[in-house]
Amino acid sequence: MEQLKTIGRELAMGSQGGFGQSKEFLDLVKSIGEARSKAEEDRIVLREIETLKRRLLEPDIPKRKMKEYIIRLLYVEMLGHDASFGYIHAVKMTHDDALPLKRTGYLAVTLFLSDDHDLIILIVNTIQKDLRSDNYLVVCAALNAVCKLINDETIPAVLPQVVELLGHSKEAVRKKAVMALHRFYQKSPGAVSHLVSNFRKRLCDNDPGVMGASLCPLFDLVTIDAKSYKDLVSSFVSILKQVAERRLPKSYDYHQMPAPFIQVKLLKILALLGSGDKQASESMYTVLGDIIRKSDSSTNIGNAVLYECICCVASIHPNPKLLESAADVIAKFLKSDSHNLKYMGIDALGRLIKLSPQIAEQHQLAVIDCLEDPDDTLKRKTFELLYKMTKSSNVEVIVDRMVDYMISISDDHYKTYIASRCVELAEQFAPSNHWFIQTMNKVFEHAGDLVNIKVAHNLMRLIAEGFGEDDDATDSQLRSSAVESYLRIIGEPKLPSMFLQAYAISALMKIYAFEVAAGRKVDMLPECQSFIEELLASHSTDLQQRAYELQAVVGLDAQAVQAILPRDTRCEEIEVDKDLSFLNGYVDQAIEKGAQPYIAEDERNGMGNVSNLRSQDQHESIQHGLRFEAYELPKPPMQSKVDPVSSTDVVPVPEALSYRETHPISSVGSTSEAGSSELKLRLDGVQKKWGRPTYSTPTSSTTNSPSEKPANGASHVDSATASYSKSRDSQNTKKTEIDPEKQKLAASLFGGSSQPERRSSTGHKASRSSGGAADGSRGSKAVEKTIQQPPPPDLLDFSDEPTVTSALPSVDPFKQLEGLLDSSMSSTTNHNAGTATIAPDIMSLYGDSTASQDSLDIFHGLSTEPTGATSGETTVTTLPQSVKGPNAKDALEKDALVRQMGVNPTSQNPNLFRDLLG
Amino acid sequence: MIRAVLVMNTQGRPRITKFYEFWPVEKQHEAIRNVFSVLCSRAEHVSNFVDAESIFGPAKLLSFPELDFQPKVRRTADSRLVYKHFATLYFVFIFDSSENELAMLDLIQVFVETLDKCFRNVCELDIVFNYSKIHAILDEIIFGGQVLETSSTEVMKAVEEITKLEAASNAINLVSKSVSNWRSR
Repeated sequence: MEQLKTIGRELAMGSQGGFGQSKEFLDLVKSIGEARSKAEEDRIVLREIETLKRRLLEPDIPKRKMKEYIIRLLYVEMLGHDASFGYIHAVKMTHDDALPLKRTGYLAVTLFLSDDHDLIILIVNTIQKDLRSDNYLVVCAALNAVCKLINDETIPAVLPQVVELLGHSKEAVRKKAVMALHRFYQKSPGAVSHLVSNFRKRLCDNDPGVMGASLCPLFDLVTIDAKSYKDLVSSFVSILKQVAERRLPKSYDYHQMPAPFIQVKLLKILALLGSGDKQASESMYTVLGDIIRKSDSSTNIGNAVLYECICCVASIHPNPKLLESAADVIAKFLKSDSHNLKYMGIDALGRLIKLSPQIAEQHQLAVIDCLEDPDDTLKRKTFELLYKMTKSSNVEVIVDRMVDYMISISDDHYKTYIASRCVELAEQFAPSNHWFIQTMNKVFEHAGDLVNIKVAHNLMRLIAEGFGEDDDATDSQLRSSAVESYLRIIGEPKLPSMFLQAYAISALMKIYAFEVAAGRKVDMLPECQSFIEELLASHSTDLQQRAYELQAVVGLDAQAVQAILPRDTRCEEIEVDKDLSFLNGYVDQAIEKGAQPYIAEDERNGMGNVSNLRSQDQHESIQHGLRFEAYELPKPPMQSKVDPVSSTDVVPVPEALSYRETHPISSVGSTSEAGSSELKLRLDGVQKKWGRPTYSTPTSSTTNSPSEKPANGASHVDSATASYSKSRDSQNTKKTEIDPEKQKLAASLFGGSSQPERRSSTGHKASRSSGGAADGSRGSKAVEKTIQQPPPPDLLDFSDEPTVTSALPSVDPFKQLEGLLDSSMSSTTNHNAGTATIAPDIMSLYGDSTASQDSLDIFHGLSTEPTGATSGETTVTTLPQSVKGPNAKDALEKDALVRQMGVNPTSQNPNLFRDLLG
Repeated sequence: MIRAVLVMNTQGRPRITKFYEFWPVEKQHEAIRNVFSVLCSRAEHVSNFVDAESIFGPAKLLSFPELDFQPKVRRTADSRLVYKHFATLYFVFIFDSSENELAMLDLIQVFVETLDKCFRNVCELDIVFNYSKIHAILDEIIFGGQVLETSSTEVMKAVEEITKLEAASNAINLVSKSVSNWRSR
């Protein structure tokens, strides 16, 4: 600001604007810069608008002046005022032949107009003409405008030209044409679906920039339908390999990283293609391992690539070796001082945690630190992670932290979000009913109006109808505790919401009804009495009605109450006589007396009246019943495989309750959905018995939790059930061991605020040392398990490639050993030779590609070489294999093979040396 | 895809705004105000990332009416925001999950580096006065919401070529001298 002011002063003193702008414009900027308040700024801008309006009406404005006016209009609009009066001048300017004016015109229209603006029609013609221009800059300007201004109606008008430009001689134009086509695809996939093959073709453009541009649309296409693009896996892998090995021109380097943006895009695509596809994943292992090893973690962009590698590793068919190195990278991220890296680390941890839950354990303290961090972004990301980590053993700590955070923030959007998370976790993992109710109270108390209404419905039902336990005494005990807690809330000065009031009174109503029906005498507590009186005078008719009803019910005798609110009918069907046949007599009578016969709803054509509404209501309540299962009791996540360790937790639950448990497991989503629809049918009568159509909730809410699953959860959906059950197994074994530690951590979290950091660390240490032995054995067990679990083909079985291993049986191992000892030298020469010979190769291939047009084949051809190498190198790097059969000769042979394939030496691999020495 | 690029000063005044999908002017301004209120409340030495979903809403999902099957994986709808604070300016990029946060942070760096090369010690006023040139630079880096070029030398080359051709094709002089040049006299 200071800077601006001094310059402003200089300007005021100085020239008539030496920058091509008029004094007027400089004054405008200066006065806006000096404006003290928003109001003052507005005044200045409004004056400017008046000036511009006047000026633009003048005849014969010189073009140069006009250009400045347009810029001033842009400025006005940027400051938040309407400049629509000048749009037409911007449109006119696009028609101008002079390049600067045309460019300014295009710039203005892209900033001013939406793609369905009336003026677009005046530009389409110009765009068509400009796309055919000889001047590539004009073409580029037009392409730029196309991206923003063309909608599905106008796409056909420019599509042929854009497609033609895909073959333009300038790579900058080709690149932009690819991107414009991509934009068309985003806006209206139908209009360009026949041109999708062009993106594949451009993947083999001889300019790497155009190839990079084609990755964006391909990423979108793969996101939608990965299956149709499986054939490109080898191409993508080989491109990534070439990029990582610096075979692209130097100009693509960024901070010493070879084309990092292209690497990031490729890794994203591979993550999608490899998800749930073992074969495809296996072809990626080598290159992923290489990139993780080589990436420079000291630069931002290097870390970006590393992060994408982790995402890819977490998404594709798991490979223990890669998971290990991904975990190392995460450790580096989390230990870094940079908040950005911590953020990425937490995010990456969240992705990896499903595959190997044991990593979280190493980073618990780092995670807790992030939770304490003043940075909101980091905190939220950490909550996201905790959400994914929640189990019945740690749910109390996590949900309590979440609720605390929820109370502390004012951002409604996020409050809603985190409240829904709390509810979800509490429903799934609540350790006790009492805790559940307390938690829900807290959530409602602080975010009452933001919580989905169905949550309250479920809670109400739960309290009203018991918790599915056989023991009636506990049920009623819980009810009374729930009522007490509600009374406490009611007693507070301000009830957060009408909504809660409504539920409080409904709860009272039901409980009194039970009491009366059971023949007990009801003493109404004074708090209740005053609450009811208050509601009798409520502004909400709904609340009033409820209060009156309650009063009436309390006054009735037991039998009447039993009839109105029968006990324990939750599973009874209530048959709805839709035809209302019992009214037939009455209707006939009425018609006889000359009344109009009934006209069916659809015939009435939207004549809104009461009966119409009611029938709709009825309809709805039949279609969408309430979900009626209780929240989950603490239980191991996997139902089919009951783990002996945690089976003590398992409480027998009725069928209706168990539905919830299967819910989080996405692979059985379809079955659980079927279950829910059954439940719905069974239950829809219940709400009506209370005479409240408002209870009905849309069905969509029942399937809420899967849709709220975190983003990367979606990508795991496809992965084989085998990997799921595996990871879950290890989760089960881990669950018990994390418990005491978590408890300690929780204690430290909620302990004195003066030095929480230190205490948390000591607490952690103590628990570590005490449970160290057990931890150790458990940990090793877990490791063993992960090693044994995956079937051998996981680790790239040699038997798949017998020709490769037997190809070199006669090589003398000692010669190889010599070569190995000389590794540094040989590797460099090897590497150099490789690049020297292959680099021209690839360039010629690039050159060929346009001629041959059969683009994919080239990359297939290229990829045959690396795939051979892939199998070779991975065998060297797979740990369990080589450990099990320590055979120096084999290892050497493999190494030799790898070298012959021209792959970078694996001198980094410690196993190789262990083999040799052992 | 990148959804918007905003440059605003530490007073919250927008300097460059570019939305890659159409936003009505009022909405743009609401968004800018909200972004600013978030940014100025952030402490120093915290991460450069902000969850922007509450400001920008979820990204539009791709819709595929012509497909006869429901795509299994849809693009996750979220908006992220990455910002960087330079002297008196905030540079803000808003994008969805198809981009990488750290990479976007570097893209801001590329943008600023290019500006710096172009104007030599770029300051806020350069940006104010060279509105169309800044947009030309931005258009060479981001095109239709996708990253086009990440090498500031390449961007500079392209922009210079445009400037040259513009100068050649018309007598109108584009602003070539920078304010700082002028100041150093």
